[in-house]
Amino acid sequence: MAKAKNDVVITGVGIVTCQGVGKEAHVALLGADGAPALRIDTERFAPYPVHPMPEIDWSQQIPKRGDQRQMENWQRLGVFTAGLALDDAGLKDDMEACGTMDMIVAAGGGERDIAVDSLIVDEGLKRNDRERLLNEKLTTELRPTLFLAQLSNLLAGNISIVHKVTGSSRTFMGEEAAGISAVETAFHRIRAGQSTHTLVGSALVAERQDVIMLYEAIGAHATGGWTPLWSRDDTAGGGIVTGTAAAFLVLESRQHAEARGAHVYATIDAIGGDRGARDDGKLEARLDRLAEGFAADPQKTVVLSGASGLHGLTAREKAWAENRFAGAALRGFSAVTGQALEAQFPLGLALAALALGDGLEVPAFDPAAEGAMSAPAETAVVTTVGHGRGEGLAILSAEK
Amino acid sequence: MTKAAFRDHLGRPIVAVTGMGVVTSLGQGLADNWAALTGGVSGIHAITRFPVDGLNTRISGMVDFVDVPVENPVERSYAYARETTDEALAQAGLSGDFGGPLFLAAPPIEPDWRDRFALADRAAPSQRPGDAYDRFLAVLRENPSPALHEAWAFGSISERLSDRYGTRGLPVTLSTACASGATAIQLGVEAIRQGRTDRALTVGTDGSVTAEALIRFALLSALSTQNDPPQKASKPFSKDRDGFVIAEGAATLVLESLESAVARGARVLGILKGCGEKADHFHRTRSSPDGGPAIATIRAALEDAGIDEVGYINAHGTSTPENDKMEYLSMSAVFGEKLPAIPVSSNKSMIGHTLTAAGAVEAVFSIQTMLTGTLPPTINYQNPDPAIVLDVVPNVKRDAAVTAVLSNSFGFGGQNASLVMTAEPA
Repeated sequence: MAKAKNDVVITGVGIVTCQGVGKEAHVALLGADGAPALRIDTERFAPYPVHPMPEIDWSQQIPKRGDQRQMENWQRLGVFTAGLALDDAGLKDDMEACGTMDMIVAAGGGERDIAVDSLIVDEGLKRNDRERLLNEKLTTELRPTLFLAQLSNLLAGNISIVHKVTGSSRTFMGEEAAGISAVETAFHRIRAGQSTHTLVGSALVAERQDVIMLYEAIGAHATGGWTPLWSRDDTAGGGIVTGTAAAFLVLESRQHAEARGAHVYATIDAIGGDRGARDDGKLEARLDRLAEGFAADPQKTVVLSGASGLHGLTAREKAWAENRFAGAALRGFSAVTGQALEAQFPLGLALAALALGDGLEVPAFDPAAEGAMSAPAETAVVTTVGHGRGEGLAILSAEK
Repeated sequence: MTKAAFRDHLGRPIVAVTGMGVVTSLGQGLADNWAALTGGVSGIHAITRFPVDGLNTRISGMVDFVDVPVENPVERSYAYARETTDEALAQAGLSGDFGGPLFLAAPPIEPDWRDRFALADRAAPSQRPGDAYDRFLAVLRENPSPALHEAWAFGSISERLSDRYGTRGLPVTLSTACASGATAIQLGVEAIRQGRTDRALTVGTDGSVTAEALIRFALLSALSTQNDPPQKASKPFSKDRDGFVIAEGAATLVLESLESAVARGARVLGILKGCGEKADHFHRTRSSPDGGPAIATIRAALEDAGIDEVGYINAHGTSTPENDKMEYLSMSAVFGEKLPAIPVSSNKSMIGHTLTAAGAVEAVFSIQTMLTGTLPPTINYQNPDPAIVLDVVPNVKRDAAVTAVLSNSFGFGGQNASLVMTAEPA
């Protein structure tokens, strides 16, 4: 594809998963000879296995203790990872660039106070005036700061406070689809000249019972031990193994990036999202439409599938991808990172950017189901099929 | 009209409003709302939906007249959005699949307490303090509940709206706190200017007033505690203002490229001329003392609109001590000595703060101000704040022909958004 001034290029990657903090750890795993070591915690949230947060020194990106205290881990993780992306783009202390930088964050809600919730429902079991009980307990037990730690748009708000990103601040909600729409919206704004540089991303702390509960409301979370993504044990829960993860990207117009001599990881050539009924091949038909722009050499293509592991849907996505991208290397990254809800799509793009940026031959994450790559990746396809609704797909190409 | 007439000063497609719908505590539908709003009627009333024993704030602008199948904020937020969207599409003369994107400002709704209590009722007894979620999860493992998944998922309201109206693509559900409604409109304007669509459905809804929501805002000292009489509590720009009155509502605006609206013979109600935004890094709940980000937001909206004067300002005007002072400061900085001659009123004096919906609700009222030539008043203005010298259209509506309106929205988390709307180009 010919280069254009308004191409949307990735110039900064911030990434945290159970596999480590920052791009070096992830470039290493994407360029390794074999699948990375499994990092899973099957104890703390038993019977639910979750990919845990790696050890993080928050002060590396959130220097003020006061700022750290105003947040819980979900916001901390997002603010931290946004800082990594800004650092990586070389914009961290560029007040002018951050002051004009747009921001779109895909967010769920913050941590609830499990102890207070438990206290209230247990007291409620003994009383028949539960609404009055709520008033009593919430008035006395809720910490005012926790409200702000729970508010969806306060992840972005804290990024503004800590990193001074203030061109604009928008928060999208709605599970996986929020992450898709966030990148899609940033992409189209840059393409149209409505933005020159945008920070986009999301974070999920999976090590939260209030998060697991969303999945478990439809019996979607896996139970017991970890089993491979593409052959997950269908007798042990619903198949999804969640993972604490965050990914932020600095997107720029090519013109903006080149003017400041920024390193370009990759160009986003196409991106789209859709939704609707999934029966009777409707899901596959929508995915086909989203993938219409793909015309690359499959031998040099890595398909970074965000398949969640959910029984049924995961097999359908795999069958579709193997057909549509025949000859390309399919990589289900949830096998390595866990499924990260709102952060899933940005996480896929972050991995794609790193793989393309270094021209890596991405090893099979699940050697029993994924073939080896025979050439460095020049094109990446990123998919996310929401566990309940919504699908997104992006096509990225390496810089030549 | 020539092709050039469909483009703005920057060569972008002009964005028209062709349909509007609104629900607030004043009533359902634009006609009833406008009659009450220009009549200086307050919709603020005592809370009856839940007990208010022991609470310092016992009033709100809840919407108590829209039926919901189950009492929870998701159902309420959906129902209000459905009602206003039905109204807006009817006014726009559109039926069948909408065929454009949906941008929905919706509240970040926490799981409802009724659901937690119901799960606890079904669960095994507590084994140790703090184990309620272990027990909830055990209940759900045995008996999954798709209804709870829908109640807890943030994407469920836009999903239902997308299905009902046949919108295109992935709907966006967004939150920029109390600026959300304005941001939804801004996203719609941007999509049309990008040339990706001829029309966009933009909705702001908020049916999230629960005991927990009320208490959370109260703990931040954001709410008025002047409970008696309720109608007098919201008094923007008054000296004795003491906080906002939490409220519910929704509004829908059908946005279309002017070209497509004219081509299909639609009535153009107004033009969405400009949008501005700027985030604040000063504090989680307070604005920069110098008003810098709010000033930049208003200036950005005017610049985007390509104008430097407006005939009326629909203020954010929450009635909190801080907002009204900061908003005055920022308007003064932008409009200087012209400000005293610009009427500025706050709908919130009558409908309270509809939170996520506010930007959309107030955009509808801004367009209606131009269409009718009537400025809605700021009621309860008996004791002006001497530090805020504004023509607030005190207490009684005023006839005035206005062709350009600025509407401000500011929110927690450093959120600022302003819209500039103009009358339909004759």
